[in-house]
Amino acid sequence: MADMPTLVMKGISKSFGSVQALTEVDFEVRSGEVMALVGDNGAGKSTLIKCVAGIHPYDEGEVFFEGEKVSINGPKDAARLGIEVVYQDLALCDNLDVVQNMYLGREAHDVIGRLREPEMEAKTAETMKGLAVTTIRSTRQKVASLSGGQRQSVAVARAVMWNSRLVILDEPTAALGVAQTRQVLELVKRLSQQGLAVVIISHNLHDVFEVANRITVLRLGRSIAVYERDTTTQQEVVHAITAGVATKVAGISQTTDDDPVVAPGEAGA
Amino acid sequence: MTADASTGAVPEAVADGNGIPAHFRRWWESVRAGDVGSLPIIVGLLLIAVFFQTKNENFLTAGNMSNLIVQLAGTTVIAMGVVFVLLLGEIDLSIGFVSGIAGVVVAELQVGGNWTEIPGWAAIIVAVLVCAGIGLTEGSFVAFVGVPSFIVTLAFLLALQGVIQKLIGVTGVIVIQDKTIFNVANYFLSDFWGWVVAAIGIALYAFSTLSGVVSRRRHGIQSDNLVLVALRLAAVIATIVFVVWWLNDKARGFPVVGLIVIVLLVFLTWVAKRTTFGRHVYAVGGNAEAARRAGINVRIIRWWVFGISGAMAGLGGVIFASRLSSVDLNAGSGTILLDAIAAAVIGGTSLFGGRGEVKSALLGALIIASIANGMSLLGYSSATQFIVTGIILLAAVTLDTISRRRLAASGR
Repeated sequence: MADMPTLVMKGISKSFGSVQALTEVDFEVRSGEVMALVGDNGAGKSTLIKCVAGIHPYDEGEVFFEGEKVSINGPKDAARLGIEVVYQDLALCDNLDVVQNMYLGREAHDVIGRLREPEMEAKTAETMKGLAVTTIRSTRQKVASLSGGQRQSVAVARAVMWNSRLVILDEPTAALGVAQTRQVLELVKRLSQQGLAVVIISHNLHDVFEVANRITVLRLGRSIAVYERDTTTQQEVVHAITAGVATKVAGISQTTDDDPVVAPGEAGA
Repeated sequence: MTADASTGAVPEAVADGNGIPAHFRRWWESVRAGDVGSLPIIVGLLLIAVFFQTKNENFLTAGNMSNLIVQLAGTTVIAMGVVFVLLLGEIDLSIGFVSGIAGVVVAELQVGGNWTEIPGWAAIIVAVLVCAGIGLTEGSFVAFVGVPSFIVTLAFLLALQGVIQKLIGVTGVIVIQDKTIFNVANYFLSDFWGWVVAAIGIALYAFSTLSGVVSRRRHGIQSDNLVLVALRLAAVIATIVFVVWWLNDKARGFPVVGLIVIVLLVFLTWVAKRTTFGRHVYAVGGNAEAARRAGINVRIIRWWVFGISGAMAGLGGVIFASRLSSVDLNAGSGTILLDAIAAAVIGGTSLFGGRGEVKSALLGALIIASIANGMSLLGYSSATQFIVTGIILLAAVTLDTISRRRLAASGR
C-alpha cells in the first residue's frame, strides 16, 4: 500500500523579500501513510504547506503529484489535483449548519442556482458514516453549537469529501482536550487506512508518535531529517528540532527509509 | 418511518426521534440555547393586538388591518433589502433617499414635464433600475475599494438629498396622475380575483411542501414529521382563506400592495435560503475569511447585495409615492430610513451579520406599523409613538445581543 509517493517536492526554495523562508526543502508523502511535519516556530512548516496549497508560489524546485510533474499556481490547482488543507482555524462558518459548511463554496445546484439540499444532506451523512464520525448528533446542527473536536471532524470530513488524494492538517489537536484529541487522531488514522496521503503538522510529539508513520523535521527553512516512527524516539526528534542533525544533502532524505546518518559537523548550524 | 438506521447515516439523529414531542423538545432546547427565532416578535404582536383591541375595538377590524397592510408595505419592502445588507454585517444608510429618488423618477416620468413622458409601468421599472444602479455604485466602493459601508452610504445619504431637491426644483410637489402608479398602493382586488390569488398561493405552497418531502424521502434522509407538515400546511391554508374572506367581506378586498409584499417575501426568502447566492451571503456574513478560502467571490457577493438593497429601496419609494399620490421636496426623508433598519432589526436580523431572515423585515414592520396605527387610533401624538418605537428597538437589539452571547456560550 505505502509505496507510491503521492506527493514529492524536490529542492523547494521560497523567500519573502530578503527573508529566506525555505531553502531546498525536500518532502514526500505516500498514499496510505501519515507523514508528520514537525519543527520549531518559524521553521517553515506553514510556508511549505502554503506552497503545496497554492497560496504562496514557490521560487525554485519541482513538485511531482502521483508521479507527474505539476505546477501549483493557486488554490484551484491544488483542489483540482485533490489536495485539501484543513487550516488551524478550520475556516468554518458558525452561523451555518454542518451540511452547509461541508459544501461551502461548492454547493450542489441546478442551472438556476437552486440548491439541492437533500442530495447534499445525504452525501454529508454518507461521508460522516464513512469516517465513523458518530459524535455529531445531526447534520443540520449549527456549527456554533459543536465542540472543538466535532468542528475538527467537520473540517476534516469536508476535506476528504471531494475525492481528495492528499489531506494536510495544520495543528489539528492544538486547541482540543484529551478526549477530543483522541477522536481526531482516530479520524486521522482512518484517513490513511482509506488510502489517502495525510500530512499532519503538530507541535505535540506525543500525538505525532501516535498517528504518524514517518516524521519530517524542518529546521530554519531546511528539511533536515526524515525518521521512521518505529525506529526512532521522541528524544531523537526533539534533538533534531532544537539542535538539528548534520546530514543535509539535498535529495537524500526521501530516498532513505532508514535513520539519517548523523554527521556531527553540521549540528547546530 | 425513518426509524430504520440505513436512512440517516448519523445514527444519533435517528435515535433522537422524529415524533412531535422530540421536535418540540429540540425546538425548546434551541430557544434556551439562545436561538429564539421569531418567538419574541410573535409574542410581542399578540400583546400589541390585545392591548390596542381592549383600548379601542376598531383596532382589529378588517378595515383597519387593510389600512395597516398599506401603511407597512413601503417600509417592509425597503427593510427586505436591508436584511441582505445586515446579513453581511454591513449597513446601508442611504435607503431613505434612494427611495426618494425612485419617487421623484416615477413622478417626473409620468408627468413628462422636464423629461419624456412614458407609461406608468415603464416609469416604475426605470425608477427601480436607477436605484439598483445607485446601490451597485455604493457597493462597488464598499466591495472593491474597501471603504466602510457606513461612510459610503452616509455620503450617498447627503448627496441624494441634494439631488432630490435639485430634481423637484421650485415646483415643490408633483402629483401622481398615472393610473398604474397610483394603483400600486391604492388598488384592492375584487372578491373574485382575491380568491383566484388565494387558490394560486395555496397550490404553490402545497406543491413546494410536498415536493420537498418527496425529494427528501427519495434521498433517504430524515424528513420532517408528516403530522407536523400536514398541520403546518393546514394552518397556512386556513390563514390564507380566512384573510381573503375577511378582507373581501368586511373591507374593500385584498390590497394589491399586500400581494406585492407577499410575492417579494416569498421570492427573496427563496433567494436567501434556496440558492447558492443566498447561501454565500450567509457565509460571507458568518465568516468572510472562511468564505474566501472556500472559493466564494466575497467582493461580488457584497457588490450584489448593495444592488439588491438599492432596488428594494426603489420599489419601496414607488409604493410611498403611490400611497401619498404625490412626491414633494421631503421625498425619502423623515423616518423611512430608521423605520426600515429598525424593522429588520426588531424582526430578528442581527446587526453583526450572518443571522436573520427576509421575513424579519415583515415582522418588524408589523410591530412598528401596528404600534403607530394603534396609537394614532387612541389619539396619542407622534411624539409618544417615537418614544415607544425607540424603546422597542432598544429591547430588540438587547435581546439579540443576549441571545448571541448565549449561542456562543452554548458551543460546548
